[in-house]
Amino acid sequence: MTIAEKILAAHSGREKVEPGEFVNVSVDLAFAQEGMTPLVVEAFRQLEIDRVFDPGKVVFMVDHSCPSKDIPSAEQSKLQREFAKEQGTIYYDVGRGGIEHVLIPEQGLALPGQVIVGADSHTCTSGALGAFATGMGATDIAVAMATGEVWMKVPPTIKFVYHGKLPKWVTGKDLILHTIGDIGVDGARYSAMEFTGEAASELDMDGRFTMSNMAIEAGAKVGLFPVDEKTRKYITEHGNKPFTACEPDKDARYADVIEYDVSKMEPQVAIPNIPSNVKPISRVGDVRIDQVVIGACTNGRLNDMRAAAQILKGRKIHEDLRCIVIPGSQQVYLDALEEGLIESFVRAGAAVSTPTCGPCAGLHMGILASGERALSTSNRNFVGRMGSPESEVYLAGPAVAAASAVLGRIAHPEEVVS
Amino acid sequence: MKLKGKAHKYGADVNTDLIIPARYLHNDDRALWVAHCMEDIDTEFVKRLKPGDFIVATTNFGCGSSREQAPIVIKEAGVAGVIASSFARIFFRNAINIGLPILESPEASEATQMGDELEVDLGTGTIQNLSSKKTYQAQPFPDFMRGIIETGGLIAYTRERFKGKA
Repeated sequence: MTIAEKILAAHSGREKVEPGEFVNVSVDLAFAQEGMTPLVVEAFRQLEIDRVFDPGKVVFMVDHSCPSKDIPSAEQSKLQREFAKEQGTIYYDVGRGGIEHVLIPEQGLALPGQVIVGADSHTCTSGALGAFATGMGATDIAVAMATGEVWMKVPPTIKFVYHGKLPKWVTGKDLILHTIGDIGVDGARYSAMEFTGEAASELDMDGRFTMSNMAIEAGAKVGLFPVDEKTRKYITEHGNKPFTACEPDKDARYADVIEYDVSKMEPQVAIPNIPSNVKPISRVGDVRIDQVVIGACTNGRLNDMRAAAQILKGRKIHEDLRCIVIPGSQQVYLDALEEGLIESFVRAGAAVSTPTCGPCAGLHMGILASGERALSTSNRNFVGRMGSPESEVYLAGPAVAAASAVLGRIAHPEEVVS
Repeated sequence: MKLKGKAHKYGADVNTDLIIPARYLHNDDRALWVAHCMEDIDTEFVKRLKPGDFIVATTNFGCGSSREQAPIVIKEAGVAGVIASSFARIFFRNAINIGLPILESPEASEATQMGDELEVDLGTGTIQNLSSKKTYQAQPFPDFMRGIIETGGLIAYTRERFKGKA
């Protein structure tokens, strides 16, 4: 069995599962951000089950409009706060948590071998730890919170093998953008992705979170990394809880095996208006930009902040452009502050925000006007994603974003730092 | 049950941001969602839509976010169902869970034009294009999903399953 099949078998009391089978699986963690919580609570009440199945395995957090941007979003946060208190669940309010997919692994809430469901499509981020983590709608999440179970169709697994040594400036963001560019936004539809090969192993945990985060952008249910020493070290440093990892069997059956040689890869950029419209940076051309956003559940972790600060330290943001930096959690913010990264951002002329999903989903903290163009380290560049339907979004990693912020156009980091 | 309505036709990868942009989701006013349904792909959609009409699209309909507001807004706008060549995973289960009829038929989806008159039998999955006088058969749902659909959605299904256990 593959990693995905092993985890689903273990959570449905079966010795073996096959792709296409329907199984009821037990859930180790279920969570919802404030924007989806009203629908979750509405569905929960209709179930006529009084209490969540285990308040220690249910999490709520404010992140999409954090802090609340207006009265309707304040009402959503209030409803969430009251429900979390009523049920005694784990809860992260403004100033105590951060973006859900940065927060959940960082707080030791996600572990290898677990089944994790969240009311947000980027729940697949925790697949980097070898957890079967997947996003669902509000009704599914309400059922998971009430009963501790969800139904799943066992997905086929596609294995991705990244050969070679990572060139300088090539990160997890580039590997996943390249992959989505190759297979398309439905290239792994309904499937589990397994990320392997020496280049995937070489990635640090933050780079792996970035890759798993964007599995959904290829249509996948989950994006899994095998557990190795880096995973174990991360778990030790983040809660140090016991876990049972699931390794793929030697004779595991894959729907497909896709291999890449990364040794000559360049940083990648997704062009509007779909994440599969990917080009190597040398073929992007002269693209002027109005705004750079560095952060999000894709690239809002400490190593992302370091990559951006390495370029922005001692330099200035281009005068025709504004740069917004958003650490993904309070912990990332604090670590970045203590390392002096935040000072580098502020001195360069960047606006540094408290953790929020804000601009990535076009909610607040940096909305685009018509005709404006942004380069963002987030995961979606759909029409209207960050504001006006007449605006455009390009996607790239944090070093490219920082270099572009300095030069005012999409730029390779080498153009700024040699 | 046979339903008759006009087709509103779109292409591949109609994502949930096109169905209902996130900029309206910090607000729980469903009338607001309906007013902006599909606006970033078709500004005339809401004005042109008559209750009972169908959305028809090609591959990967509903890709992107997990927002259940996407099938909800389509249902609340008065759309009788969505016919597509294929659906994105989360949209598919959200639609089943909340009771928005969805039919998977690459042949019907590709052949249908904007404005075609359709007659759809949700029980049998038969799609008749009255404009082109062609008939198509949608792929049947697996038994497990039929169970959820026939019980009236995931809430009713779960209440049934956990009756007396809570």
